[in-house]
Amino acid sequence: MPNIQQLEDLTTQVRRDILRMVHKVNSGHPGGSLGCAEFFVALYKEIMETKEGFDMDGISEDVFFLSNGHISPVYYSVLARSGYFPVDELNTFRLIDSRLQGHPTTHEGLPGVRIASGSLGQGMSVAIGAAEAKKLNNDDHIVYSLHGDGELQEGQNWEAVMYAAGNKVDNLIATIDVNGQQIDGSTDNVLPMGNLRAKFEAFGWTVVDIEEGNNVEAILKGMSEAKSLAGNGKPVCVLLKTVMGNGVDFMMHTHAWHGKAPNDKQLATGLAQNAETLGDY
Amino acid sequence: MKTYTNTGNKDTRSGFGAGLTELGKKNENVVALCADLTGSLKMDEFKENHPERFFQVGIAEANMIGIAAGMTIGGKIPFTGTFANFSTGRVYDQIRQSVAYSGKNVKICASHAGVTLGEDGATHQILEDIGLMKMLPGMTVINTCDFNQTKAATLAIAEHDGPVYLRFGRPKVANFTPEDQTFEIGKAVQLTEGDDVTIVATGHLVWEALEAAKALHEEGISAEVINIHTIKPLDDKAILDSVAKTGCIVTAEEHNYLGGLGESVARVLAKHNPTPQEFVATNDTFGESGTPAQLMVKYGLDSAAIQKAAKAAIKRK
Repeated sequence: MPNIQQLEDLTTQVRRDILRMVHKVNSGHPGGSLGCAEFFVALYKEIMETKEGFDMDGISEDVFFLSNGHISPVYYSVLARSGYFPVDELNTFRLIDSRLQGHPTTHEGLPGVRIASGSLGQGMSVAIGAAEAKKLNNDDHIVYSLHGDGELQEGQNWEAVMYAAGNKVDNLIATIDVNGQQIDGSTDNVLPMGNLRAKFEAFGWTVVDIEEGNNVEAILKGMSEAKSLAGNGKPVCVLLKTVMGNGVDFMMHTHAWHGKAPNDKQLATGLAQNAETLGDY
Repeated sequence: MKTYTNTGNKDTRSGFGAGLTELGKKNENVVALCADLTGSLKMDEFKENHPERFFQVGIAEANMIGIAAGMTIGGKIPFTGTFANFSTGRVYDQIRQSVAYSGKNVKICASHAGVTLGEDGATHQILEDIGLMKMLPGMTVINTCDFNQTKAATLAIAEHDGPVYLRFGRPKVANFTPEDQTFEIGKAVQLTEGDDVTIVATGHLVWEALEAAKALHEEGISAEVINIHTIKPLDDKAILDSVAKTGCIVTAEEHNYLGGLGESVARVLAKHNPTPQEFVATNDTFGESGTPAQLMVKYGLDSAAIQKAAKAAIKRK
């Protein structure tokens, strides 16, 4: 049984990492990062089966693709705190000569990252490709991916959604971060998403809802269910309902912090709400 | 003057198909993806021989490029096949981020390039693809001239680790390069020796350049014809060595003069040895419907246009 307290402590530390990273360079995307902190912690610490070290091909292990690359702070923090690279390197986020680019990339050779992302809508296709390669290699591990809900406005996603169902890519679990926000406002105001469950089901996917997407236990339960549904001839979609900016009260329930860094005072407030647990980098 | 024999007209896309068939038997990591143009790309035989390694993605080119990028993660060598227009312009950002910037070993194989696609007209006749692809860091850009060379290039790019754009065409054209050739990426092939003018050609224009050299020879002009099948990385040395001897150059390609082979050659010359250069290429225009032969004449992409350009280049020496 996973130790929930440990996972929650790590999540708190990850929130601190996110705030400190974006504050230091006065840029980056804290809102979506904070909203997905629990998901990343659960995924990397409990859900995925990964090997020691990192190799690009990811043979005989689960692999993950971040499609909405702008939430790189949470990705980098959890990768570092899962041993992919030194935690101290979080200090270099968005700085010149860093492996921690504004958006994730393979270009600088950062362990843990298998594709560049940032220009939205491309990650599901890539995840499908990796899943098809796993099938050819008789590798029964799973490919996970994460996408923003606003990101689904990019048409390539729907090409991918159609392909995955039509070709029974059932070793793929694509999670949608349903926070209802995007840069210009709520998704309902910018371009309404409609009923995502109905949409994915209509395309032939199995859909799992995680209503409490900022609750570690709920995520573990939902992702375990998703895992159990893999291998049944259908790709699996997880609709992860999260709160953008979760864990920092003034950043929650708004799109305002999508791509804005806190100032010194705001940082202090955010950190005060998330006491150090595992030690700052 | 060295002459070449056309062993019978064949389409370059069939050279790709033949190469892919051979690769399928030779290398089990090779996979092929197609966006609803299997017959046009001559991928049928690969599909028949290796159904488990053939991926029909439907009319969804962006998804195809992304899937290909993902398949490299797991050690596959994906060859994507569709028309040149849909292989480049339509999916530029997917290639840029998921393939080139990510350094993925994807082979983008593009048929029906240029005006020789013919009757379908300008919507399908891309004349900007070499420029688009050569601007991407790390991308190798190849435009083959005949069936045999396209087959050899298809085999060669599977051995090259990194993204490649392989451009070929629709019509049946002269097949004159050796059947058993070894294709060396980035290495120009000198076809004739000459002292008066260098003609550097790529793709379908290589045969036209040979025809032009023959006609020029009869007028007492000696032309050195070089087949530049690889536009990036460009064989700078072959070009510089030749112009050191001839003192002028013609570049010939089935592409817009903006962004094509001609500009790549001009860059090398401007830096190392400024030389009079004439451009045989389309003049910043779209194509139109017509037969391939009619279009080659109308858009100034034939042997006559190369002869004229050669004389103009010589005059500027």
